[in-house]
Amino acid sequence: MALLPAEFADLEPFSDWVLETERERYAKRLATPMDQMQAFYDAAFPRLAEATSYLEDYPLGRPIPGPQRNLLLLMMSLVLVSFPVEVWQQPCVPDSGATYLDLVVEPAF
Amino acid sequence: MPHFPKPAEGSWTEHWPEISLAPVDYSDSVDPAYYELEREAIFKRTWLMVGRVEQLPRVGSYFTRELHVADTSVILVRGRDKEIRAFYNICRHRGNKLVWSDYPAEEVSGTCRTFTCKYHAWRYELDGRLAFVQQEGEFFGLDKSAYGLRPVCCEVWQGFIFISLDPSPAPLVDYLGEMGKGLEGYPFGEMTEVFTYKAEVGANWKLFIDAFAEFYHAPILHMKQAVKDEADKLAAIGFEGLHYDLKYPHSMVSSWGGMSPPRDLSMVKPIERVLRAGLFGPWQRPDIAGLDPLPAGLNPSRHPKWGVDSFHFFPNFMLLCWAPGWYLTYSYWPTAVDRHIFESSLYFVPARTAAERLQHELAAVTFKEYGLQDANTLEATQRSLKGRVITDFPLCDQELLLRALHQAGRDYVREYTDGTVAG
Repeated sequence: MALLPAEFADLEPFSDWVLETERERYAKRLATPMDQMQAFYDAAFPRLAEATSYLEDYPLGRPIPGPQRNLLLLMMSLVLVSFPVEVWQQPCVPDSGATYLDLVVEPAF
Repeated sequence: MPHFPKPAEGSWTEHWPEISLAPVDYSDSVDPAYYELEREAIFKRTWLMVGRVEQLPRVGSYFTRELHVADTSVILVRGRDKEIRAFYNICRHRGNKLVWSDYPAEEVSGTCRTFTCKYHAWRYELDGRLAFVQQEGEFFGLDKSAYGLRPVCCEVWQGFIFISLDPSPAPLVDYLGEMGKGLEGYPFGEMTEVFTYKAEVGANWKLFIDAFAEFYHAPILHMKQAVKDEADKLAAIGFEGLHYDLKYPHSMVSSWGGMSPPRDLSMVKPIERVLRAGLFGPWQRPDIAGLDPLPAGLNPSRHPKWGVDSFHFFPNFMLLCWAPGWYLTYSYWPTAVDRHIFESSLYFVPARTAAERLQHELAAVTFKEYGLQDANTLEATQRSLKGRVITDFPLCDQELLLRALHQAGRDYVREYTDGTVAG
C-alpha cells in the first residue's frame, strides 16, 4: 500500500524513513550505512522544494491526511540525513563517542 | 585590529576592573570538597529556573523537578486560584516522595485535583494544605493545619518559573537585575513550539556553561559544519563578540549572525539553501508583535548584522535570543563534581506550514549536531583537568563570561564559608 501522495510515488522505496519520532529517525540514521543514506538523500533532496510547496495546501493547525503527513515525516528524515551526507560523510557526529542528546519533548503536528 | 569596537580600556575584560586578567584556576571544576560548598553556597541560595508557565496550562497541572544538587525534589503546580506554587515533594507523614510514578528518581508531569501519597493516602490540596489523613483518629492530637506541604519560594519572570531553596530570598526581579529588565517584553509567550533535549554529561556543570558562554571555539570545533570556503574564512578571522556586558553575577555576549540569511547562497549547505534556515533558525522572522523594536537589552550595540544574544543568569540558566525571532534555553543541573544533567529547549512561534516546520526541524537538528560535539569535548576536558597536572589556564577577551562565572562562583563560596566561620 502506498504511504506517500501519488505525486511523490518515486519516493515510496524510501518509505521506511517515514518515522513518527526524532528518536526513531536518529536511531535509523545511526544504523544505516552511508550508501543507503546517500541513495535516500539523492532521491529525496531534489523533491524537497516541491514537497514543501505541495504541502502548503495542508496547514499544520488542523489534521493532515495520512499520505501528506507521511511526506512531511519523510522530509524530516531528509533534514536529519543531510548532516551525514552533506557534512560528516559518516552516520554519527565525529568525536561524539557515547555522548547522546535525547529529544524528550517534540512538537506534535 | 578588532572588527568590532572594544571599550576604551582596550578590551572587554579590562572594562570591568573587578575581573582579574590572571589565568583561571580550574580546581573549582574537579575538587569534590569545593563542589560540596557550591551546593550549599550557590544552589541553595540563588534563584533557579525550573520551567515555563506553558508547562502548567490548567488548574491542577503539575510537574516535578529533581534537584540532585540539593538532594531534593520539588513539585510545581498551578492552584485553583491559577497561582503557580512550589513545594518540596515530600509527604509530611513519614517522608515518602509524594509525586512520582514507576521510577522514584524520574521527573513526572500531569494534571490532578489533589496530591495523594501512594504510601498511606495522605492527601494534599493544590495549595499544599493537608486535606485528608487516613485513620486520623489513630494519631495523637494531629493538627492538620501544621502538616501542609513544605513550600519552596517560587516566582515567575516573563513566563519563566524560578524557585529558590533559600526560605527568604531577595525578590526575583532584584536578583535578575538590569540584565533581566532589559529583556522584559520579549514575546516569549508567543513561542510555544518546543523541542527539549536532555543528556547526562560527564563534566562539571561550569564546563558546559563555559562552552556555551564563548563563541571563540565555534569556527574551530564546529568548522566542518560550514561549507569549506566559509569554514576556512571563519577560522582565519576567528570570533569577535559585538558586545559584552556584566551585571554581576549575570553576564551576556552579543554576536554577529551573517548567515541568516547569508550574503550569498553558496556560503551555506544545500539543505539550508532549500529550506532557508540553519543554525540561526529560519531566515525570516515570524509575523508577531514584540520583535521590532526589540526590548532594549537585545542587540545592545544595535548592529545591523546582529545574530544572537546569549545571557547567562547565575548560576545555571542561559537564555539565547536569536535575530530571526526564536529563543533557546540551557540549564545545567549538577549531579556530582564531574557530572551534570544538561537540558536545552528551543522555542519557536508555532509552525503554520510544513515549510516552517522543516525550518524549525533544521534548526533543532543542527543544534543537536553542535551540542554533541560540545558535550563530548567537555568530557575530554573534565578527564584532563582531573589529574591537576595543570590547574591554571589563560582565558582571552572573548572568554570574559567564563571569568565572570568562575569568579562569581568563588565569591558565593567565599561569602558562604566566611559567614559559616564567622557565624
